[in-house]
Amino acid sequence: MNSTTMMLGGGGKATNDFIKNYIIKYFGNVYLNDLRDASKLKTNGNISFTTDSFVVKPEFFPGGDIGKLAVYGTCNDLAVSGAKPKYLSLSLIVSEGYSLENLDKILNSIKLAVDEIDVKIVCGDTKVVERSEEPSIFINTTGIGELVVDLNNYNNINIGDKVIITSDIARHGLAVLSERNELNVDTEIKSDCCNLYKIFEHVGYEGIKFARDATRGGVAAVLNEIKEHSNKGFLIEEDRVPVEEPVKYLCEFLGFDMLEIANEGVAVLICENDKAEEMVGKLKELEIAKNARVVGEVTDSKKVLLKNSYGGIRVVEMPDGNLLPRIC
Amino acid sequence: MEMISRFRDKDIVKLLLENIFKETETDKIYNIMEVCGTHTMSISRFGIRGLLPKNVRLISGPGCPVCVTSQGEIDMIFELLKYNDVIAAVYGDLMKVPGSDGRNLLDLKAEGKDIRVVISPLDVLKLKNEQKKGVVFISIGFETTNPATAGLIEVIVNQGLDGFYILTLNKTMPEIIDILLEDKELNVDGFLCPGHVSVMTGESLYLPIIKRNKAAVITGFEPVDILYSILDIIRQINCKNFFIKNNYGRVVNSIGNEKANGLVYKYFEPADSIWRGVGTIKNSGLKIREQYKYLDASERFGLHPSDKLEIDGCKCGEVLKGKILPNKCNLFGLMCTPENPVGPCMVSSEGACAAYYKYEI
Repeated sequence: MNSTTMMLGGGGKATNDFIKNYIIKYFGNVYLNDLRDASKLKTNGNISFTTDSFVVKPEFFPGGDIGKLAVYGTCNDLAVSGAKPKYLSLSLIVSEGYSLENLDKILNSIKLAVDEIDVKIVCGDTKVVERSEEPSIFINTTGIGELVVDLNNYNNINIGDKVIITSDIARHGLAVLSERNELNVDTEIKSDCCNLYKIFEHVGYEGIKFARDATRGGVAAVLNEIKEHSNKGFLIEEDRVPVEEPVKYLCEFLGFDMLEIANEGVAVLICENDKAEEMVGKLKELEIAKNARVVGEVTDSKKVLLKNSYGGIRVVEMPDGNLLPRIC
Repeated sequence: MEMISRFRDKDIVKLLLENIFKETETDKIYNIMEVCGTHTMSISRFGIRGLLPKNVRLISGPGCPVCVTSQGEIDMIFELLKYNDVIAAVYGDLMKVPGSDGRNLLDLKAEGKDIRVVISPLDVLKLKNEQKKGVVFISIGFETTNPATAGLIEVIVNQGLDGFYILTLNKTMPEIIDILLEDKELNVDGFLCPGHVSVMTGESLYLPIIKRNKAAVITGFEPVDILYSILDIIRQINCKNFFIKNNYGRVVNSIGNEKANGLVYKYFEPADSIWRGVGTIKNSGLKIREQYKYLDASERFGLHPSDKLEIDGCKCGEVLKGKILPNKCNLFGLMCTPENPVGPCMVSSEGACAAYYKYEI
């Protein structure tokens, strides 16, 4: 057997063999090995609980794959909520005919990511659906983390707080688009897909008032979400936003706004004014945050504004959800 | 990027702004129109409007090819997909443009219609293995993109490819500039002339402008380009000495691109075209020449544009003619947003309404 069939998701011997030969092989642990109906877990105090589904195409792209993304994506949501990721569920929805070799590669990638974060896969599910086009795979992960500090409380945000972006932006979205050959350009841009919990492990929580990872919709979406819920605004300085030259160039070329492009390893931190620069100094000690910058501050404008180097100011709107290259 | 950053240099921008303020006469109003969507976007994106003296007014003209496509022409794309099982290859800007019934191509795609976004017309050829179904390239554009469509036709003809068709909605600039100049209500003193279009046409396109004692400055798309050209227009207005100035000399030569134009007119001939909010303008569009009529999607699928210019309440037409600012349309920001656009000026990434909505404070 070198590809998935409907048998694999049928609940019989094929399913059991798959669980044994793939799932337990990669993710076996004391919670999972008994294959209970539900895992018995232990946590201390408040938990954070989140879920995410991953449907990225193609499933392998420069700098990552759907497996790595499914682990980092959910664990990063826990991390920026102020929690230490502890447990994950893993649900696979695969269409019949999907290459088992690729599935194996994805599971291996998941294994590497969960080991790196030190999170355990404690339950899961596999379904095989009828093939309608190219065989594909979707992954859902649900995560539980032990809450250390609540970093998602909009009331903690004050005017004058600083905005830090932990890494250069817009790499993930462009890497996936270029791998789809939708851009007609060869790039060496790699996804920034990484474990954001490392950041909090390294810098702690003191001085950080709010955090969010800038995934779909990019930094523009995050700042607009915070604006709406906190009833405050932002003034961001364009020249301070970290971005790699090839990314900037490609965005210019295609008419994309780099602030709207998806990331997988970028957190937006809102930090006490007098602790911000020190925080950036500490962040820079980490490889994944070496390009961290203070990019602006919280204002009372109730708008997200971007100021360029000669004083021109424009609004940064909530992206409308579609990255479509322009006509000319 | 180095090439771009020189034209975003903060010191040069500062100097240009100082000069603009110095040379602007306070008792005059300077009405300057940009007739290119990319200029509109740049002006808003770089916050240029807010940096200028209050009496220097930038007015957006009919510069976006998607915006000027009439409702009747847009509806033709929907008709094509409604009655034919074909692959429609379109530019990304078109995906959110609504048909008369309010649905857009994203809706149709979700319903199962086969719509593919392409960046260049030649991307259409990637559908070579699927062309048995019939592939229709929806060709929209001004002088800038028209040669690329002609290039696609050239490949189809030379390689004898079957199953590829072109729905030609292309338009040309000179005729609309004449219409603007003849419009008595439109009180424009000078034009920021489109850099991309000028690459193809050269400078002669703008002769009618200076003949009517208005400034014409060919302009690139970076802040330094735009401010330098605004300063030139202010100077021409102050001295009442009007001439075509080419400030985009790094790309535009005086005679244009004869080779590209030759390719366009090898496959196309001038034809009447319907412009949104304006109506039919004689010889302002292109149609495929008789010899290559078998590639013409309107012939193959029996498509004819209705005379519908815009959806009720939508003032894209007045925006395109520079008569109102986008935010003066009653639908702006309420019923009409980039997420739920009513008119193409809001939907296209080059559109004046989208630029205002997206960037202006």
